Amino acid sequence: MEKERHVLVVFPHPDDEAFGVSGTIATHVQNGTPVTYACLTLGEMGRNMGNPPFTNRENLPKIRKEELKAAAAALGIQDLRMLGYRDKTVEFEDDEKLAKAMLSLINEVNPSLIITFYPGYSVHPDHDATGAAVVRAVESLPAAARPKLHCVAFSNNCVEELGEADIVHNISAVADKKLAAIQAHRSQTEQMFGDVTEKLKNQDPQMMVWINNERFWTYKFDK
Amino acid sequence: MEPIKDYRQVQEAINAFANQDVYIHLETTNGAYASHHDQTFFSAGAYIRNALVRYEIGKITGNDPYRVGLKINLGWIYAEGLTHFEVDEQNRLLLAGHDNKGKLAVALEISATPFE
Repeated sequence: MEKERHVLVVFPHPDDEAFGVSGTIATHVQNGTPVTYACLTLGEMGRNMGNPPFTNRENLPKIRKEELKAAAAALGIQDLRMLGYRDKTVEFEDDEKLAKAMLSLINEVNPSLIITFYPGYSVHPDHDATGAAVVRAVESLPAAARPKLHCVAFSNNCVEELGEADIVHNISAVADKKLAAIQAHRSQTEQMFGDVTEKLKNQDPQMMVWINNERFWTYKFDK
Repeated sequence: MEPIKDYRQVQEAINAFANQDVYIHLETTNGAYASHHDQTFFSAGAYIRNALVRYEIGKITGNDPYRVGLKINLGWIYAEGLTHFEVDEQNRLLLAGHDNKGKLAVALEISATPFE
């Protein structure tokens, strides 16, 4: 993995960082690279309430905020920003204002690499809207001044339309940190984690590929 | 949250908010990934937060899951599929419908003060 000056990660939900990019984040942290994680919402609309329910609609954001902090700590992220937008409403925000907010973050942090979702290929409307805002912000910079932009995509048509990911990081060296980050988002991941733990114990080949490889598409600007 | 076992408890809480200005939170959702996992699934949802209304009648009916309807100034609000309730520390009535995996499918909440 290339050594970066500063990495800026921009996602809309607590736990978006856990599955696809936490190994990459942990590796940058281990390399001594400062990582800023800007999380737009607190996942207020999460639906996993447990059975019997362990919380309610009004208290869930408080739980997810603490889980986000714990996950960031597990990965060694020192600069965690919670931007205060509301889950499932990012796409309805003023596009220009949102891009401006992203631009001011970029100007402040001055990253050499930004990681976000690939707009149009990331399934959840918040993912697509967040990625699109970051793309607009980076696009507004002169081409020579733009940081690298690595995007996560997982829609059913992403490989068909974007081709295979051009960047694949094997993160097995920090897999324990990745699992700790996933586990930190207990309210979202506990239900599936029992299954994951079992498969890890047995070194399930499909699971190991999924855990150990993080895929990114370099965003292609028109100009 | 507790399962709604005795609907009368909920009815009393609904009655306590009648004929005064109240804030409503109402949502229903299948989750953002429903059509990603099953492309034949038609995903729909609705959400309103901090609608300021006043109701003259509010009623809980049905037999687990329950329905709640509120007759407001010029119209109606209702939710179906409700399974759990709670009157929280801020004295708000929180009603929720959880599916068989514990996922929130519907929520109807009533408060005398705006929700955060």
